[in-house]
Amino acid sequence: MTEPALVQLRDVHKTYRTGDVVVHALRGINLTIEKGEFAAVVGASGSGKSTTMNIIGCLDRPTRGRYELEGRDVTNLGRDDLADLRNKRLGFVFQTFNLLARTSALENVELPLLYAGVPGAERLKRSEESLGRVGLSGRAGFMPSQLSGGQQQRVAIARALVNNPALILADEPTGSLDTRNSFDVLGLFQELNAELGVTVILVTHEIDIAKCAKRIITFRDGHIRSDERVAQRIDARAAIAALPPDEEEEQAAESGEPAAARALRPAEGRA
Amino acid sequence: MGVGTILKLALRALGRNRVRSVLTMLGVIIGVAAVIAMVSLGAGAQQQVANDIASMGANILYVSPGSSKSMGMNRGAGSVQTLTAEDADAIRSECPAVRWVSPMVGATALVVFGNQNWSTRADGANERFTDIRNWPLESGAFFTEIDVRTAARVAVLGHTVADNLFQGVDPEGQTIRLRNLPFRVLGVLTRKGQNQWGRDQDDTIIVPYTTVQKKLSASPLWVNQIMVSAVSSRAGYTAEQEISELLRQRHKILPGREDDFFVRNLSDMAEAAEETQKTMGLLLGSIAGVSLIVGGIGIMNIMLVSVAERTREIGIRMAVGARSRHVRLQFLSEALVLSTSGGLIGIGVGVLVSWLMAGGLGWPVLISSPSILISVLFSAAVGVFFGYYPASKAAALDPIVALRYE
Repeated sequence: MTEPALVQLRDVHKTYRTGDVVVHALRGINLTIEKGEFAAVVGASGSGKSTTMNIIGCLDRPTRGRYELEGRDVTNLGRDDLADLRNKRLGFVFQTFNLLARTSALENVELPLLYAGVPGAERLKRSEESLGRVGLSGRAGFMPSQLSGGQQQRVAIARALVNNPALILADEPTGSLDTRNSFDVLGLFQELNAELGVTVILVTHEIDIAKCAKRIITFRDGHIRSDERVAQRIDARAAIAALPPDEEEEQAAESGEPAAARALRPAEGRA
Repeated sequence: MGVGTILKLALRALGRNRVRSVLTMLGVIIGVAAVIAMVSLGAGAQQQVANDIASMGANILYVSPGSSKSMGMNRGAGSVQTLTAEDADAIRSECPAVRWVSPMVGATALVVFGNQNWSTRADGANERFTDIRNWPLESGAFFTEIDVRTAARVAVLGHTVADNLFQGVDPEGQTIRLRNLPFRVLGVLTRKGQNQWGRDQDDTIIVPYTTVQKKLSASPLWVNQIMVSAVSSRAGYTAEQEISELLRQRHKILPGREDDFFVRNLSDMAEAAEETQKTMGLLLGSIAGVSLIVGGIGIMNIMLVSVAERTREIGIRMAVGARSRHVRLQFLSEALVLSTSGGLIGIGVGVLVSWLMAGGLGWPVLISSPSILISVLFSAAVGVFFGYYPASKAAALDPIVALRYE
């Protein structure tokens, strides 16, 4: 028997009722995502891509149709079962990073393990590993406000990774980042996908970002309009190298600190 | 998640809004402090009243002469002399609920020692005076039955009199003069202080009642009052009945006619006074309890604000796998930490305030451990009760809505 698809949506419908108005957000979505894929979901706002992501992410349930995650029918699971699935099988990365304020990078990464009931010592070890994987070992004690946007998103990715999820859902992860940091984050996703075989679904409306994925699924009016493989995939690392050099960023990269953090520091070395 | 982790998270969350947390706790602090201060104040007042009553004597009853009516005009209590020393003897021998009896005859007298003088009351009593009044001697001895029988010229001094007449001299064995008659001082009573009505109980000298009757007073036949001690604090009412019956018989009062005497039962008064104090204490305590509830409402208010403010945080926690129960527990534990630590601080404040107030009023401090225990449990209960609604509200949030909340 072949391994079941990671995500299997069958004729999924979603309708919202706001007052007397019934909104058909999804009108019959059929979608299969295999393990190890890197898919980009694109479409205008209101096309149904966010609703689909919410359903795949077990944050929402379809009104009609069927959703199987790793071969298990999760269509009608209860709140707590969905919470457990999000905790153990899924990782989320958001546009606005959604880190807990005034909570260190390490503790943010620990959060899913806390709810999974992982004991303290192992929690610490796995969180540190995960931070190391996104290249932020030295920033474990930093608060989100002390980190640059790109670094915050890396912390969020470390948090998504810490439970070894089957699937990472990234909802416009580059929406709040500049081009360099966008490609940096995408580079990290490509690396995780290629090296660890992590399955990634990425929502974006920037075509350059979408082309970093292996497959692009286009939504329109609650339907999937097109679903095709990316012919000329962009290598995010190469894209960064091709960008015109930015002096400020270069220095930051060398000293290993974001510009914001340096500005906070007293100018001891300059006198 | 263990209790330690939950507690740590709650403390950290509260620490992020330190001023707000302290202000929220203030409601509970004031509430608990008020409960403890009020309850201990009430208990102190009650104790004070009990002490005052006890200082009057052991299960004491006073029999006084009744009023006389002449030409339809009631002349008030004590306007006639109806009681005799024989009445006192009869009460002692015939009333089973009575333990001790002393006739009382008073006279005002100028007391002289050397070149000092002092105007005071000479209270005539028998040898049972100290037992009935529960009033021990500080030095020397009390007069005996023989002194009473022989109307001896002996005296026992109240402390105020001793202080004023004998400045530095040991009064025992000295001779004082009362209305120019020499009296030998046998001893000095301990200091009793003011009674409930502010009279200095130590400003007196006690002499055998027979001596007062024969040497100091105009009427050798009557006594002013009969002081009776019941066998127990519960026997006061029985003793009162027995005495009334006996005296009606002895005074040949026909059925339907009014008594020519009064029996006053001090333990009834004591009970009434204590009851009043208890009610006052309860009233004060419940008013303070209301402030504790107001403090709880403050907690609920702040928790609701906190839930609204942290909607996004709740969304993040839910997205990474927090169950409803985790979220509820988180907010509930924050409310509980607020209320319980407020309660603990409140105990400290309450005890301090009790001390200060009791010191200021000169009352005994009675901080009861039940009142402390109840306040702490109550404040914890307030935390759970008023924290539950906001916590449930947080737990019921839809993760998608919470994540999108700005």
